[in-house]
Amino acid sequence: MIKGNTHVYGDNIDTDRIIPGKYTKTLDLSTLADHVLEDLDPSFRSKVKQGDILVAGKNFGCGSSREQAPLALKKAGVSVVVAEYFARIFFRNAINIGLPVIEIGNHSIRSGHNVQVDLSEGSVKDMTSGEVYEGQKIPQVMMDILAEGGMVNYLKKNKRYVL
Amino acid sequence: MGMTISEKIISQHIGRTVKAGELVITPVDGVMATDTTGPLALKAFEAMGGKNVFDPQKCALIIDHAAPAPNERIANLHTMMRTFAKAQQMRLFEIGEGICHQVMVENAYVKPGDIFMGADSHTPTYGALGAFACGVGSTDLAAVMMTGQIWLKVPETIKITCTGKLQKGVTAKDLILYLVGEITISGATYQSIEFHGEAFRGMTLASRMTIANMTAEMGAKAGIVHPDGLELPYDFTPVLPDDEAHYIKEFRFDVSDLEPQISIPESPDNVENISPYEGRPIDYAFIGTCCNGRLEDLRIAADILKGKKVAEGVRLVIAPASQSTLLDAITDGSIQALVEAGASLITSGCGPCVGTHQGVPGDNEVVISAANRNFRGRMGNPQSSIYLAAPATVAASALEGKICNPKKYMD
Repeated sequence: MIKGNTHVYGDNIDTDRIIPGKYTKTLDLSTLADHVLEDLDPSFRSKVKQGDILVAGKNFGCGSSREQAPLALKKAGVSVVVAEYFARIFFRNAINIGLPVIEIGNHSIRSGHNVQVDLSEGSVKDMTSGEVYEGQKIPQVMMDILAEGGMVNYLKKNKRYVL
Repeated sequence: MGMTISEKIISQHIGRTVKAGELVITPVDGVMATDTTGPLALKAFEAMGGKNVFDPQKCALIIDHAAPAPNERIANLHTMMRTFAKAQQMRLFEIGEGICHQVMVENAYVKPGDIFMGADSHTPTYGALGAFACGVGSTDLAAVMMTGQIWLKVPETIKITCTGKLQKGVTAKDLILYLVGEITISGATYQSIEFHGEAFRGMTLASRMTIANMTAEMGAKAGIVHPDGLELPYDFTPVLPDDEAHYIKEFRFDVSDLEPQISIPESPDNVENISPYEGRPIDYAFIGTCCNGRLEDLRIAADILKGKKVAEGVRLVIAPASQSTLLDAITDGSIQALVEAGASLITSGCGPCVGTHQGVPGDNEVVISAANRNFRGRMGNPQSSIYLAAPATVAASALEGKICNPKKYMD
């Protein structure tokens, strides 16, 4: 169960807005966090606190394949990303680096709400409004990858994928 | 029930019949990573216990996104890639050899019927060859380099049929821009696309690559052009869909009246006919990228600009898709025509498309680009705006200093 305070954004937030391409060529993850979402909301970096939850609309993370996008969010303190649905590469990348993501379809969650995410049930409860969203459970292989903290530890342990 | 091209390719790889929706583990025929995604992938590869890549002949690294290195930090990431490639005895494509997708196709790292994973979102480009090719991130790529396999969900397929022939002056880029506008930026999320019909049948490999390339802008996992009419410099057996294949959605468009298209800032699917935008002043024109930096694109631009000059106050930047493209465009005179017209020629690679260097626009500047993305900040400056169009439209607009329909220059 993950609980946190929300920051809500709209539809089609692309990876250039999550982390501009000019900052991606680095192995220093703290510099990624410094520029996270800067072309969308320059105040996000100073507002976000460890454990906060990012909430978005449709097609979050569309565009480039840069894994620096979920890495920047994770390094900035985001504990889980909730969206109506995700762009496919972002979805895989987030799980692979150990950032939980959940798809819940239409929702009316607002910024500053207190939200509780249950990944194993695939559900999200907005504690502020009282609304409960039954979302998509992620496949078992992705739950297993998340349980290891990401694909690196998962493969280090299992040596292969297990569906 | 019959199979789509994607279902058939995956079935052939795992040795049993699969259907859309199944999760499978499949062998992969090739992988590549660039200097944006490679360094993280190499770090992950070592961290996950990788010793040797699964097959050095099937793995490649390409330095194209920031080539040559614009600063010492990126130079050191390039060094890391060179060191890794040498140790693994795998091919590294150096600065200037070309854009990842172009060099993968030119060097036959990917062939019809293959499953290919590339750490770049425009990897679906190889659907031009009839391959099932997906973009992945760095850690997935590392996992494939180590295991030679990937897990994936067999995608549903959207069938897009285009009837009619494109008018003179209207090219593959106009068609795919139109289709991106219709399907939208999220319209094919998690799904595969198959392109069928007369409009694609006569297309060159280069034009097919432009089509498949922008399926990334519809969110597609793969985008495959029906191999009917495909010509390659080697023998191949095309993978064809069954007549009774099941498609999740089917679209039909008659494209015989299509006019040049333009994508308006700040999303590639914000596409309109060019006419209402004609006359809008531009500062900067760019021709290149994995979408439109190939020989036929440079030739079209050269034909429009030959013997003329780019408008005063406008700069035109050209990045050939590969060294081989550059050499061909030197031989046929296109480069001379472009440079005499005032174009600035930069290293083959991704160039200004990814906003790292080689042509970042200034505040309030208007760019017309033959690339595939115009998200805010894409070219490195969130205060500039980017219009996407065909190379012909970009060249004609550079000539006039304003957005224009290239038709009158293409007789």
